Amino acid sequence: MSVKENLIETSSLPEDVKPSTLSLVLRKMWHLRLGVVGAVLITALLLTAVFCPVLAPYDPYKQNIMNRLKPPVWLEGGTFKHLLGTDHLGRDNLSRIMFGSRISLVVGVSAVIMQVIIGVGLGLLAGYYGGKADSVISFMVNSMMGFPFILLAMSLVAVLGPSLQNIIIALGVTQWTVFTRVTRIETMKAREQEYVLAATSLAFSTRRILLRHILPNLVPSLVVLATVEVARAIIRESLLSFLGLGIQPPTPSWGSMLAEGRDYMLMQWWLAAFPGAAIFISALGINLLGDALRDVMDPHLRKS
Amino acid sequence: MKVYIIKRLIEAIGVCLVISMISFFLLFLNTDPALLLLPPEAEMEDIALFKKQMGLDRPVIVQYVDFLRKVVLHGDFGDSFLAKIPAIDLIAGRLPATVKLALASLLFINLVALPVGVIAAIRRYSFMDNVATFTALVGQAMPLYWFGIMLIIVFGVWLGWLPISGSDTLLHLILPAITLGSWILPVNMRLVRSGMLEVLSQDYIRTARAKGLPEKKVLIKHAFKNAAIPVVTVSGMQFGALLGGAVVTETVFAWPGLGRLAVDSIRMGDYPVVQAIVVIFALCVVFANLTADIVAAVIDPRIRLN
Repeated sequence: MSVKENLIETSSLPEDVKPSTLSLVLRKMWHLRLGVVGAVLITALLLTAVFCPVLAPYDPYKQNIMNRLKPPVWLEGGTFKHLLGTDHLGRDNLSRIMFGSRISLVVGVSAVIMQVIIGVGLGLLAGYYGGKADSVISFMVNSMMGFPFILLAMSLVAVLGPSLQNIIIALGVTQWTVFTRVTRIETMKAREQEYVLAATSLAFSTRRILLRHILPNLVPSLVVLATVEVARAIIRESLLSFLGLGIQPPTPSWGSMLAEGRDYMLMQWWLAAFPGAAIFISALGINLLGDALRDVMDPHLRKS
Repeated sequence: MKVYIIKRLIEAIGVCLVISMISFFLLFLNTDPALLLLPPEAEMEDIALFKKQMGLDRPVIVQYVDFLRKVVLHGDFGDSFLAKIPAIDLIAGRLPATVKLALASLLFINLVALPVGVIAAIRRYSFMDNVATFTALVGQAMPLYWFGIMLIIVFGVWLGWLPISGSDTLLHLILPAITLGSWILPVNMRLVRSGMLEVLSQDYIRTARAKGLPEKKVLIKHAFKNAAIPVVTVSGMQFGALLGGAVVTETVFAWPGLGRLAVDSIRMGDYPVVQAIVVIFALCVVFANLTADIVAAVIDPRIRLN
């Protein structure tokens, strides 16, 4: 049954049993199998992040030098005690990867929230006021895009010090331009629409027009963009940690685990392979979900 | 056209100024070369003397203007704190390796993306098209450096076909070039495909076919040329991505280029070198964008008229 038929059929029902927007979205997404795969991966990721203290077989910090560099269970010398083997300090890989999901999610989501606040804010101003404000903000965007991201983020972390909070800041303040570009264009379009004219003629404040009238119309595009950006932020965080300017050991982060595993890649390949696979699967899941969300919420974005 | 170029040029110079300013103040903020370079037992007077010698006791603005003046007039970014030679010389020594890597990966990207993108567009929903779509999906989620490490493990360690680090021979170039290229490859493949699809539905293609041109000629001369415009336009931005990717790739493969120099210098707090690399990278990116925009405007009059 299509969503439209569904809507018509339920339109005679009293207000409180109408399907929510959420349930309509979910229903349509069911048809997008890849989206479902993505949703499953993300759910697994979220559950792991929340319940890892219960799910993880070991303390991710507990070292056991007698038991170091054990291979995963399916290779010769592997045991069921350590399904994904142990690292150079004898810590359980599976437990560390499970705990690593927390860092990735926290950094990914927080960095994107920061990107959204800066990027959307500036985009609304540039798009609504146009003229000088637009020139200045567009110039800021161009400058930011001319900056080699990784060098800027690394320098920022080097200056601020490598902590969770500073990594979020470094990612947030360097990656907002994509939100500004989208918001700016959409706001420009919205400004010409009649509902904005109506709001203006009612003498609503600019703030109210921007936040209560224009912004809600941008939410679908922004949600889709933000989803994909979370995947990118997770990859960027792991990259910073990999280069030694991110989460510091012994905290389990996928990027720093990969960096440690790299030293052993000639013999113990799994040490580098698994944390990377965790990043890859998470990013893939988020991207699949993002693509499906785009199809559901914002069909005209599909082309780009 | 002239007005367009001049406008873009002024903007590009402005962007470079802002970037030089940010990179200067960013590293000025918290890095104290006196603490970094002098032995820990140095006396207060020694520190003061050192700062005076290096000009570090002057107001920030004066230091920035001085920095900018030297950079613009003499290309002088100051001496590396660690190597004790001009930062620009250090960079000049590393530049060829990065250029070689970038060119090799560009070659790889185009050798794969152009034909695959075109075939995916002509034979829509065929096996090739599905492969292209799948690669794009996977490529976007793949951390570049992990891909590089996996290539090393598979082709270097398990199969033993290719060397895993260093830069002595052409064989050494293969894995790093593929790693670096894999970042941009999916984007270009998609661009070529969607560009071709759009162009193929145009009237002039139907006209070309109707007048009996061989299909090959229609595809290459009429369709592909127009489909390539978006690829040209984004190539400027991709150049920046390529440089950023080089930072990572060079670290993974121990490639003796600018990217690794950047990572090492940031870690060691060698800020003349960091500033020099950031400014040079930014210059490259800004002017690559500028060139791409101008080239796009030349081949597509619609852009410059807007």
